[in-house]
Amino acid sequence: MPKELTYLEAIREALAEEMRRDGKVFVLGEDVGAYGGAFGATQGLHEEFGDMRVVDTPISESAIVGISIGAALRGYRPVAEMQFADFISCGFDQIVNQAATLRYRYGGRVTCPIVVRAPSGGGVSGGLYHSQNPEAWFVHRPGLKVVAPSDAYDAKGLLKAAIRDDNPVVYFEHKFLYRRAKGPVPEGDEIVPIGVAKTRRQGDDITLLTYGAMVTPSLEAADTMAKEGVEVEVIDLRTLMPFDKAAIFASVEKTSRALVVHEDVKTLGLGAELSAVIMEERFDLLDAPVLRVTYPDTHAPFAQALEQANLPNVAKILDALRRLAAY
Amino acid sequence: MPPIKRTKFKLAPEQLLEMFYWLKLIRAFDMRLSVLVKQGKVRSGVYTGIGQEAIIVGTCFGLRKEDYICPLHRDLGSFLMKGVEPRVMMSQMFAKATGLSKGRDSALHSGVSELGIFGNTSMLGANLPVAAGLALTYKMEESDNVVIAYFGEGASNVGDFHEALNFAGVQQLPVIFICENNLYAYSVPIEKSMAIDDVAERAHGYGFDGVAINGNDVLAVYQATQGALARARSGGGPTLIECKTYRWHGHSEHDKAFYRTDEELAMWKSRDPIPTFTTYLHARHVLDDAQEKEINARVETTIDEAVDFAMNAADPDPGEAVTDLYA
Repeated sequence: MPKELTYLEAIREALAEEMRRDGKVFVLGEDVGAYGGAFGATQGLHEEFGDMRVVDTPISESAIVGISIGAALRGYRPVAEMQFADFISCGFDQIVNQAATLRYRYGGRVTCPIVVRAPSGGGVSGGLYHSQNPEAWFVHRPGLKVVAPSDAYDAKGLLKAAIRDDNPVVYFEHKFLYRRAKGPVPEGDEIVPIGVAKTRRQGDDITLLTYGAMVTPSLEAADTMAKEGVEVEVIDLRTLMPFDKAAIFASVEKTSRALVVHEDVKTLGLGAELSAVIMEERFDLLDAPVLRVTYPDTHAPFAQALEQANLPNVAKILDALRRLAAY
Repeated sequence: MPPIKRTKFKLAPEQLLEMFYWLKLIRAFDMRLSVLVKQGKVRSGVYTGIGQEAIIVGTCFGLRKEDYICPLHRDLGSFLMKGVEPRVMMSQMFAKATGLSKGRDSALHSGVSELGIFGNTSMLGANLPVAAGLALTYKMEESDNVVIAYFGEGASNVGDFHEALNFAGVQQLPVIFICENNLYAYSVPIEKSMAIDDVAERAHGYGFDGVAINGNDVLAVYQATQGALARARSGGGPTLIECKTYRWHGHSEHDKAFYRTDEELAMWKSRDPIPTFTTYLHARHVLDDAQEKEINARVETTIDEAVDFAMNAADPDPGEAVTDLYA
């Protein structure tokens, strides 16, 4: 029986293994040192690797990213922790203007191998500033890669891939999954490659594209649909930029119907892009419009009743799937 | 650190002559750019540092290749002193394929890692956290190399400045922060942008020394820099050196600078760093008329050759507009 880790433990294991493998890998961020991180993702690392490779920083998100870029220019592979993805806006300029453009404006003569870890997502009564899903901002900025694992296996495998990647990678780890998602993880040198989606459930009737914490309710909805005679293919994108076009098209060619489910807000969320790409390049195959189930265009409220009203869930996904099936 | 004795760090006659050459070359480079942009041959992106050359020469003179510089937009001369060929720097300004960024952007927006030059964005002060990151790697390696980061007094109001200096102070990083205080942030005079007289004071809030010096005296700048370098190389941490100066031209070559008086400009032109130094060299019998003529001729030839090369260099291939984004 292979060992099982929680999503959070998988992140920690990926960090520790990569730091042991490569002396150029180090972590920095607020409370990542002896405290072990606000969520415990860096627990034990300070003890093993010391002050110079597990760097506690002041509350300075912009500097955390900028320092990472400086270190990357000297051949290091820093992993920067934003305590919450909501705080990433304080480091936004360094990510989108400095890191994302570096290689382009250096004429291809440098790489910028930094990872920015961003604990994102709601469902935990975090309120407006501890629940956000800002992934689309970074998908929209050329020069960045964006990943969002949905289980422990990918949490570890994608983080290792991100650390080894020569480009800046924003790694969205979903807080709701930290202790709820548990399972086997890659062992040894195995990674989960960036840019490759995973089909979580096969089906011939509807393609459901999702990622992160929305994978589980999507699979649950797909199981219900199967009882109604509709087979839903659930594709976990895992990488949001560059997303796996080939996997998306292969599925849509089979099903002719597509639904996108994400926790990010609707307008100009990833669903808008996926819908546009499918429409642009596979219009002839479609039997129905591409639908979206997303957060409404609003903020993440604190009260549980309000937050639950906003979050996509099985019922909302089922409703969309039934509408698609009826076309 | 203060007081700094002007005579503490000795310079041989040939070194003084070399400094003289650099002052003249950097002045000539910017003067030619000013003409070229008025002729429409260089399209834009010209922010001259005419009048501020002593800061570049005094800080860059004698640096190691491994010492890293993080210049600001008026510091094209620092690229030259660190080893970028004038023809390559001129190509960068002409947006040619032979420029550092292969036409993607101009001026300081590209760097050369092998020469220890970081290329910043247009976000003033955004180079400072990167400088801290570079310096952090020197600390990790227990190396005695140093990072020199440049910023204007205007950029000392940006969050990145404070985040970077704070981190550098906490970590006692081998970094020197050079403030080029030319009294105007574009059009806004210093008294409207800060409530203190000396930017140097800000260093004290971060636990290290800040000194304000005459930025138009190349030897004063050199002496202060050497003192700060000795401190940084021996593990004594950062220093802020505020160089009081003045830019003769507007913010960019398109700025008529009507916000300041002719009298003020004339007063500062009377403090031109080059004649001051020339007189000093003549008085010390380091420089004679023949040598001065020879240096002037060498400067002219170098600039002519650089402009010829850049004007005749190939434009970037349109296909290169989308390359070099990802490694």
